[in-house]
Amino acid sequence: MATAIKARPAAVRWMVRGLSILACIALWQVASTTHLNLGIVTFRNVPPPVEVVQSALALFRSPKLTAHVTSSLWRVFAGYGAAVVIGVFLGFAIGRSRAASDLLLPPLELLRPIPAVAWIPLSILMFPSSELSMIYITFIGALFPIVLNTVHGVANVDRRLVASARSLGAGKLAILREVVLPDAAPSIVTGLAIGMGTSWFCLVTAEMISGQFGIGYYTWEAYTLQNYADIIVGMLIIGLLGMGSSWLLTTAGRLLMPWRSPKVAR
Amino acid sequence: MNIRVADIGTESVGRIDFADVSISLGSGGDAFEAVSGLDVAIAPGELVCILGPSGCGKSTLLGALAGHLPITAGRLTVDGQQVQSPSPDRGMVFQQHTLFPWKRVRDNVAFGPKMRGLARRERDRAADAILKLVGLSGFEAFYPAQLSGGMQQRVEIARVLINQPRVLLMDEPFSALDAQTRGMMQEVLLDIWSKIPTTTVFVTHDIDEALFLADRIVVMSARPGRVIEDVVLPFARPRSHDLVTEPEFVRLKRHVMQLLRRPEDSEPLARLSPLGVPS
Repeated sequence: MATAIKARPAAVRWMVRGLSILACIALWQVASTTHLNLGIVTFRNVPPPVEVVQSALALFRSPKLTAHVTSSLWRVFAGYGAAVVIGVFLGFAIGRSRAASDLLLPPLELLRPIPAVAWIPLSILMFPSSELSMIYITFIGALFPIVLNTVHGVANVDRRLVASARSLGAGKLAILREVVLPDAAPSIVTGLAIGMGTSWFCLVTAEMISGQFGIGYYTWEAYTLQNYADIIVGMLIIGLLGMGSSWLLTTAGRLLMPWRSPKVAR
Repeated sequence: MNIRVADIGTESVGRIDFADVSISLGSGGDAFEAVSGLDVAIAPGELVCILGPSGCGKSTLLGALAGHLPITAGRLTVDGQQVQSPSPDRGMVFQQHTLFPWKRVRDNVAFGPKMRGLARRERDRAADAILKLVGLSGFEAFYPAQLSGGMQQRVEIARVLINQPRVLLMDEPFSALDAQTRGMMQEVLLDIWSKIPTTTVFVTHDIDEALFLADRIVVMSARPGRVIEDVVLPFARPRSHDLVTEPEFVRLKRHVMQLLRRPEDSEPLARLSPLGVPS
């Protein structure tokens, strides 16, 4: 009885959510086919959803898609991966040692306010290939959120847990591995998730400016070649890739930290 | 049971001596003396409660005994050896929430043996045995968050006892529990202590708790903490909670209340932690 009463609003809510998306697509269709012009914004050059779906299908059949997606994925993998390794290491050093904090934090704090995108011109000058400069941009975009969240997690480790571990016979290394790392893990994962978002953002921007291949490059190329439907296809793929990678992160986080959702554990 | 009963049972293990011990906390202008000129000797196998008002330095004392806080004067020894740093020999049970949330109950309890380098099978077997002793068989694979407060404190006790410590240190371990659970945990503790008679120093500000548990109560004054009186309790063991209505219990309770009466118009002090000044 109780479940039936509860179930109905849930079903209704899902229907409303679905309808909301359908309504948005319908509005888009109407606005683009009637070339709606609102003065400050015009839908004259916006392709309708049907055209976008056709372009998407065409892209999915061509070999170009894999080339674009794999080169973007590779850059994120390399840049973000380096940021994870270096960021977590720096975060541990800064969070655990006062000397490391005094030595490393000031330059990092000076560089932090500079948006990663502002690094693009300099990084093109600094690196021998545009490939490396794009990887560097994704790296720098992900680095700061990862470092800062790791520092936050590591520096705020519950000192009573550390004291307990010492009382139970844990040495310095064991405390890092058995207490500091798991206690800081939720904060580190938050940093990884934010870093993932910023590194995609930075990558797409970098690809638009200096890339060959890559999904950002594809989107910008579509604009210069006036394949307007492809612009939206590119945007949607970027969105999907970002969503997929953050889903991977949250799932990995849940699997690695089963104590955070103890109902499913046991 | 893999308990060193032979060692613990002898009268030689677990002697504690405070000789003119003072402990200062804080730094610079905020520094103050939490404990001053303390002389207490605790015999092997004794269960001693340290009773005193909030902020009197009784937890500070325990922190020093555990090795988390340095003493500033005097001499503090366990079985003749000076206390210098934390050791599994001096097991500490905190007020609450010091189990590792990311470890299952069994792995929490097996932490000490793991640090000693025991193989997984052996340490799991030892953990399961001691969990049975504290009445938690069947909960080995749970996470701490899935247990009630009383069960969590049982895990804490098991996690410390598995190291076969010379002394068991308890910092208001039941004060966060509801009254009924607290009463039950006091009986659980006495039951465990009768099976593994370890020297126990139990810090509390609950007079009934101290009277019910202890062989001896060390009553401390407000800051800087000094011993006001050392009360030896005549009650036979095993004890049940009927004890609290007996005339002798009531008489001693009235006496201890007199000792702890705060002067009129004085403010209660902030609670200190065994890890120093709360930051």
